[in-house]
Amino acid sequence: MKRFGLFWWDFVVGDDWRVAVGIALALGVTALLATTWTGAWIVLPLAVAAVLALSLRRVAR
Amino acid sequence: MGVTRGWRSALAGTVAASLVLAVVVAALGPALTVIPIEVLRLVVGSLLLVFGLQWLRKAILRASGWRALRNEDSVYEREVEAARAAAADERAGLDWYAFTVSFKGVLLEGLEVAFIVLTFGSTQGSIPLAIAGAAAAVVLVVIAGVVVRGPLSRVPENTLAFAVGVMLTTFGTFWGAEGAGVDWPGGDAALPVVLAFVVLMSLTYVAALRRRKLAVA
Repeated sequence: MKRFGLFWWDFVVGDDWRVAVGIALALGVTALLATTWTGAWIVLPLAVAAVLALSLRRVAR
Repeated sequence: MGVTRGWRSALAGTVAASLVLAVVVAALGPALTVIPIEVLRLVVGSLLLVFGLQWLRKAILRASGWRALRNEDSVYEREVEAARAAAADERAGLDWYAFTVSFKGVLLEGLEVAFIVLTFGSTQGSIPLAIAGAAAAVVLVVIAGVVVRGPLSRVPENTLAFAVGVMLTTFGTFWGAEGAGVDWPGGDAALPVVLAFVVLMSLTYVAALRRRKLAVA
């Protein structure tokens, strides 16, 4: 069971769990803003760029 | 497995894994269609996004020299060595090592493909069309393999991984945002714009990391 869970963790989340957390937060913020602001579509692309940049920076230090 | 341990057990493992995959697809496919589309897009979009960023991150690090490119020749040699060294264990008339390694390999890689095909198909409302696309890709790969008749090292693996990462990240961003309640300007016409953004972003990161690598060296 533990190995099965680890497989799915590695399959979906992979090397850097911070990417998954960052995307979850960005989706939450998008959902909150989308109720009142039509420009909320911009949040996720910018979050993707920022999360990826931070993850790459951690490796390339 | 076929070359080193014999084709019978390797093919038996492959067929068994294919049957398990067929059951998974047959069970999950119809189940996905009863979930409300907004919920499906949020769940599928976020999973594709996290999954796609994994691929993209690795492809960018390899393309910029921060991570070694996979050497398929040495990987193949290593696997052949391990297969030859493994002890013989016969069960049910099969070489158990060849059977389980083939079964595991086909099942795990197949699950990855099934996940992508089912999620793309269900969010766009046509699982059969997504399956047809995947089947066409399998046929093309087999034809390419027969025509080229070369080792796997000739396949530009990182370029393919880069392209897959870009596509998964693009669709993940698009559906994830839609699932969170966003209306994209221009509707579906925004998809190519998101794609262009992801490609530009990725190439910019590759160029920046290459410069950094040169500066560090």
